[in-house]
Amino acid sequence: MAYVAIKGGAQAIANSEALFDYLRTREGETAQPLQTSSITHQLRLLHSRVLSEGGVYHPEAASLAIKQAQGDTLEAAFILRAYRSTLPRIAQTTAHNTLNMRLTRRISSAFKDIPGGQMLGATSDYQLRLLREQLRDENPENFRAVCRNWFADIAESDVPDCFPKVLAELQAQGLVAEPPQADPSADAFDITREPLSFPTTRSAALATMARAEQGALLALAYSNMRGYGDVHPTVAELRVGFLPVLLPHPITGKAMEVGEIEVTECEVVAMYQSPDQTSSGKPLFTLGYGACFGHNEVKAISMAILDRALQNGFEASPQNPSEDPEFVLLHIDGIDSMGFCTHYKMPHYVTFQSDMDRLRRAQKKIDSSETADNSHD
Amino acid sequence: MTEPFGYLDEHAKKEIRRACLKAVAIPGYQVPYASREMPMGRGFGTGGLQLTLSLIGAGDTLKVIDQGADDSVNAVSLRNFIELTCPGISTTTRTTDADIIQSRHRIPELALREDQYLILQVPYPDPLVIVEPSEEKRRISHGEGDYSRLLVKLYEDIVQFKEITISHRYPTRINNHYVIDPSPIPRWDLPKMHHSKALILLGAGREKKIYAVPPYTSAEPLAFSDVPFRIENFCDALGKRQACENCGSTQSFLDEYFDTHSGRKIYRCSDADWCLEQLQRRDALRHG
Repeated sequence: MAYVAIKGGAQAIANSEALFDYLRTREGETAQPLQTSSITHQLRLLHSRVLSEGGVYHPEAASLAIKQAQGDTLEAAFILRAYRSTLPRIAQTTAHNTLNMRLTRRISSAFKDIPGGQMLGATSDYQLRLLREQLRDENPENFRAVCRNWFADIAESDVPDCFPKVLAELQAQGLVAEPPQADPSADAFDITREPLSFPTTRSAALATMARAEQGALLALAYSNMRGYGDVHPTVAELRVGFLPVLLPHPITGKAMEVGEIEVTECEVVAMYQSPDQTSSGKPLFTLGYGACFGHNEVKAISMAILDRALQNGFEASPQNPSEDPEFVLLHIDGIDSMGFCTHYKMPHYVTFQSDMDRLRRAQKKIDSSETADNSHD
Repeated sequence: MTEPFGYLDEHAKKEIRRACLKAVAIPGYQVPYASREMPMGRGFGTGGLQLTLSLIGAGDTLKVIDQGADDSVNAVSLRNFIELTCPGISTTTRTTDADIIQSRHRIPELALREDQYLILQVPYPDPLVIVEPSEEKRRISHGEGDYSRLLVKLYEDIVQFKEITISHRYPTRINNHYVIDPSPIPRWDLPKMHHSKALILLGAGREKKIYAVPPYTSAEPLAFSDVPFRIENFCDALGKRQACENCGSTQSFLDEYFDTHSGRKIYRCSDADWCLEQLQRRDALRHG
C-alpha cells in the first residue's frame, strides 16, 4: 500500500543486518573465522579498551562483542553495557587496596629509584613505529616460537611479587596532601544505580571516568596539559597488573578472594596547594588518581589529570572546561555520545516539517514588512 | 534470549516505576533516574523504551510510532525488541486498540482515552537548555519557577524574525508551574496534551530524566498575550487548507513531498493509522 509515508521498515532492517554480517564473512574461500580467544590475546589492547568502556569485567563477552561489532570499539563497549543492564547487582566489595596487585608493569617518572625498582613490562612506548613486514606472513610455527623463546629465557624467581606504592614514600616525607577523604563507611557512588546530578562527588566523578571513552578523556585532559588548565602532572606511579577481588562470604561475612581483574592505575602529583588550603598549614603537592579495567595507560593518565582538574572545579569555580565537573562528566561517556550522534541518521521528517513552517512564516513576515517599508518611500 | 521479562533486571524496573509515581505526583518535574543502557543507541528512544518495559505486562497491547508511522525502521526495531523480551503482550498499529503507545515525534491524531497511556521519547528533557547549558543552574531556575530567560528568548525571536522560531519541542507550562520540553512533537500536537484523558509519560534515556503530564492537567505553551501560540499552518497561498493526497483529510498534520512525476508538491498524513482509518471510512461511505 502506498499510503504510508515510511514503509517496509521490517524488511529493510532484516536486509541490513544480513548485509552487515555478510561483510564480516566475505574474506573469501581461505577465511578462518576469528576466534574470540585470539581477540583476547592478539588484540589485547583493543580488548582492554572495550572492557574498560563497557564497564563490566567480562573478558570473554568483551571479545565476543569486538567480533560482533567488527572491531568498532564504541559499538563493542555498547554491547557489553547493554548486557550489563540485564544483570542484578548482587553484592558490593569493600574498597580494594591496590598495594596487593600482582604487577605486570610499574613505572614512576617522579623518582629514578623507587622501592622495588622500575619495571617496564610490556609497552610499545619505545618501539619504533615502523611496519614490521615479517608479521605479514607469520606462520603458526614461528608465532609459537616467539612465545616459547620468551619463557625459555625467564627464571621463575624473576616473576615479580607485590611492590610498595611510590606515593607512600612522598606521604611519609610530608610532601603530598592527603587524598580527599570520603567517609570510609559510606558506599561509593554507583553510577549504574544512581543518576548523576550536580553538584556531585569525587567518587561519582571517578566512577564516570573509569568507564568513559578513552578518546574523550584524552581530549579533555590534553586541553588541560596544553594551557586550558594548570595541572602540570608528574606520574608518581603508573601500574598495570592483576588486582584480587574480595567479596564478603555470604555466611561468615569475611572477605574472600573471588578472582582477579586486570587494572591500570595511575597516580599523578600535581602543583602544590597554598598553605591556607591544606590541613597542615604547609604547602603540599596535590594528587590526581585514575584507575580502570584492563591495560589502558593513556586512559588512566588522562583520568588522573582530569581528577585533579575536577578537584579544582569542585573547590572553586571552574576556570577551564576540564575543571568543570558538569562539562567533563556529561561529555565523556562513549555510549551516550555515540548513541546521540548516530540518532541523527534517523528520520526527522516531522520536526523538519515544523521547522519549514517556521522558516516560511518568518520569510513571509520579513517580505511583507519590506513591502510595507518600501511603500513609505 | 535468556534476558529477564522486559530485558531490564527487576530492580531497574522498580526504580523506574517509582520515578513515574513521583513524576505523576509533581506534574512536569524532571525526576532523575539511573537510566540503564539498552541494546539500542542512546537517542533512539531508550528513555521511552525503559518506561515501556517497566510498565508493560502480559495482556497489554502496545503500539510503537516513529514520525507518525508504525512501519518506519526505528518503530519496527523497538517493537521487535519489546515483543522479543516481553512474551505474552500483543502489538497493534491501531491507536484505538492499544493501551500503551510509545511514540517518537508525534501524538496520535485520534484523541486518547483514560485507559490508555502515551510514552514519549525525549532527546532533551530541559526546555531551559537553549538559554543555560549548566544543569546545576537550570535546576535552580526550575525550583524558583524562573523562566524569564526563556521568555526573553521568545521575545528576541520576535524582534529578530517577527515570529517565535521554535518549531517543535515548544516549551510548555504544566499545571501552572514547571515548564517542560514536550519532546520533539510539532506544535500541532501540543493542544492534545492539554487536559489529556490519557496519562502522558516522557522519558529521556541519555539525559536520565522521567517526567509526566498527568490526565486532566493543564499544558499551556509559553506565549505572549499579543503574540499567541500558533500551530503549523497547512494552508496554500490562497488560504485553502491542504488535504492529504491519500485520504483527503484536512484535520491532520501533514508531511510534504515533491512528486517527481508531476513536479507538484503534495501532502500526506504523518499519522499512518489515522490516514488508513480515514481511507477506510471513505471507502465504506462510497460502497455502503
